[in-house]
Amino acid sequence: MSTAKVDRRVDHSHHFSSMDAEHEAGKQGVWLFMATEIMMFGGLFAGYFIYRFKFHDMYIAGGDSLDWKLGALNTLVLLFSSFTMAQAVTETMKGNNKKALKLVIITTLCALVFLVVKYFEYTAKIHHGLFPGFDLWNPDMDYISSKIRDVSILENTSPANLRLFYVLYFAMTGLHGIHILIGIGLMVWIMKRLKNNEFSPKYYTAVEGVGLYWHIVDIIWIFLFPLMYLI
Amino acid sequence: MSGHHIVELKTNVTTFIVLVCLTILTVLTAKFVDLGDGNLVLAMAIASVKASVVLLWFMHLKYDGLVNRVAALCGIFFLALLIGISYLDLFFR
Amino acid sequence: MSATDTHSHGGNYINCEKGLWSWLSTIDHKRIALMYFVSIMFFFLVGGLFAVLLRLELLTPEPLFMTGDMYNRAMTLHGSIMVFMVIVPGVPALLGNFALPIMIGAKDVAFPKLNLASWYCLMVGAIIAFLSLFWGGVDTGWTFYTPYSGRSADAVTMVVLGAFVMGFSSILTGVNFIVTVHKLRAPGMTMMRMPLFVWSLYATAIIQVIATPVLGITLLLLVFERVFGIGIFDASMGGDPVLFQHFFWFYSHPAVYIMIIPAMGIVSEVIATFSQKTIFGYKAIAFSSLAISAISFLVWGHHMFVSGQSALAGSIFSVLTMLVGVPTAIKLFNWVATMYRGNITLTTPMLYAINFLALFTIGGVTGLFLAAFNIDVHLHDTYFVVAHFHYTMLGGALMGFFAGLFYWFPKMTGRMYNEFQGKISAIMTFVGFNLTFIPQFIMGSQGMPRRYHTYDGIFTPFHVTSTVGSWIVASGFIFAIFIMARDMFKGKKCEEANPWGATTLEWTIPSPPIHENFKEIPTVTGRPYEYR
Repeated sequence: MSTAKVDRRVDHSHHFSSMDAEHEAGKQGVWLFMATEIMMFGGLFAGYFIYRFKFHDMYIAGGDSLDWKLGALNTLVLLFSSFTMAQAVTETMKGNNKKALKLVIITTLCALVFLVVKYFEYTAKIHHGLFPGFDLWNPDMDYISSKIRDVSILENTSPANLRLFYVLYFAMTGLHGIHILIGIGLMVWIMKRLKNNEFSPKYYTAVEGVGLYWHIVDIIWIFLFPLMYLI
Repeated sequence: MSGHHIVELKTNVTTFIVLVCLTILTVLTAKFVDLGDGNLVLAMAIASVKASVVLLWFMHLKYDGLVNRVAALCGIFFLALLIGISYLDLFFR
Repeated sequence: MSATDTHSHGGNYINCEKGLWSWLSTIDHKRIALMYFVSIMFFFLVGGLFAVLLRLELLTPEPLFMTGDMYNRAMTLHGSIMVFMVIVPGVPALLGNFALPIMIGAKDVAFPKLNLASWYCLMVGAIIAFLSLFWGGVDTGWTFYTPYSGRSADAVTMVVLGAFVMGFSSILTGVNFIVTVHKLRAPGMTMMRMPLFVWSLYATAIIQVIATPVLGITLLLLVFERVFGIGIFDASMGGDPVLFQHFFWFYSHPAVYIMIIPAMGIVSEVIATFSQKTIFGYKAIAFSSLAISAISFLVWGHHMFVSGQSALAGSIFSVLTMLVGVPTAIKLFNWVATMYRGNITLTTPMLYAINFLALFTIGGVTGLFLAAFNIDVHLHDTYFVVAHFHYTMLGGALMGFFAGLFYWFPKMTGRMYNEFQGKISAIMTFVGFNLTFIPQFIMGSQGMPRRYHTYDGIFTPFHVTSTVGSWIVASGFIFAIFIMARDMFKGKKCEEANPWGATTLEWTIPSPPIHENFKEIPTVTGRPYEYR
């Protein structure tokens, strides 16, 4: 049993042949895990496209009832956080652990802003009876009519199908939100290690890995935003 | 050495600005250009470009080896398969 | 070598550290393999017990000792346990974990801690699933079809969450194996010099990584359906129950290839060794594994021919399903060609491998019957399907699994199992298995539906034969496990590194191996299976 702690800043684990090999292996592992995330969220996207095809008009109604300005704000916040995270990786690779720490803190703050905005969005929807579960479904159709682009859409489609839009809205943004929370956890972990100077230009795999995770979370939102809010 | 390419601040800033511009484009085309069902296709196309930008520059795929690119592409390919063939069922019932 | 390699231990990986905690916190792939051995054999015996109970109930056309409800619960548990806790983890997690690093000349897998996490995921998921028994169990069948599973009053949520957690075990193992194969091969071990078992694990890992997440989201949506009442698969709320089936089978069909491809890898190893001959068509077998892996993603709709799926989709799935028989048949021909004019010794592993050849062929060929859309319409949900998948999963995957267990037994334990008794177990399982399932092909083609706990009297002789067969096959497997469990501790010591005269790297190191596998990483200069 390997009881000696390897100082990963300068040396590699015993089963790898070099630090490079270990670094590349770590990255590959994270990329493979990203492929699994694409497949998992992809299932939800598949559900979205299929039900949109079936209930086209209600999806327009549902999309219009969401506040696209808040959605756009969240998109910009996440993009900015992606930028700060990418720069944090760059700084760690250069050995500037302090700068990297500051950038990761900013990334985390952005993530929190995102969640706060979503909290307000969710409570507004629940307030209008649009949460499709727990017997809270009681759609305020006046609210929907006031926001929809063309009221005639509502005339020959049923609110029961509108429910499916909200199912996917809450499921997809909810699962995405959980991933943001996990991301915050990962960033706290990275912050602690940056503070303890556990990284060096030779060893920064964990920072890069968390960066990759965070960018995937961003990419998912890049697709979610137009699908849910805009079209 | 592969995997150790340091992406400079300039590149990251440029990438961010490009992404913001594409986001503005997404909103403008969705709100002010009416293509009917084409809006969905256009929005997805722009989103795909944004995703590619993130993958290539923020996620360093531009400087990485083959395996990581294949992993990302595999995810996208098999997802397309799931959606595409399920459509074959639903579109043609 | 690394300056941090400061562990000093005499002996081997088993005795280098003592105490239960040293096992539960181990990151040594070989110890993790043994932990999987204990858990998976336990799950196998429980799942098998349910099977024996089911067959017992079916001795008579009228109910014997189970109500319909009890039967459905037993049937669901039998399926869920065997699929999620035995055969999907089976070969990769147990034998793959043990042998893969050694076969490529590595000291461990790429992510040893993740490897341990995989085992814990399996255990936690299994515990959650078993806890469902205290809430009345589940009666939906292991396929959890909606809308029933969305509305059934039973512990569906628990079993489904258990399966969700177990899915992570599979995903993490897959990620680990792919990176290990890419990054930890010894100098000189090119991809085309890897043993075929490693190729099979690689092809399987791709499926594990790509397909399992879709099951994850499907199960999660089912849980949401039950907990939040969202109605995504419920027609009365605008949802589509067939969508569940699309998502479910997008994973579950490739899953059956997770079950069979590694077993095929074992068959390649065992047949080459016990024919003392170079494997025929190494490249063909290696690429066939990848081909099966790829095609497996294109055929899931063949489980849904009668679900209301469009005829267009059905026809496309039908053709693609027949395509998957091609790489499979290539492998079968190559194995037989390897045996031809070989110096054959009929050891226990070889007997199990021959069981595989015969039984999997029947399973595969009957799959072609079912692949034909027009025939499947008559055979869907009959015992014909049950027999088909037992021939492939039990006659194929499980026989391959046991071939591997006996084959690597001396390497893993440093002891030899009782050869005569081993052979008896192989013959018992073969005879018992056929007795159990041939009648099922016949009655299935005559219309006996599956998952029914009562039946028309004309099928009684078939069911009785099948039940008697189940006693023999169960005894055979229980005997095999007993032999291994006993001889792990009491078997004759096998000090040789290479009792079988095999040529792959694991046979060049001591039995059992030392903790780091190799004192020095070997340099590989030739291909495996270079007998003559």
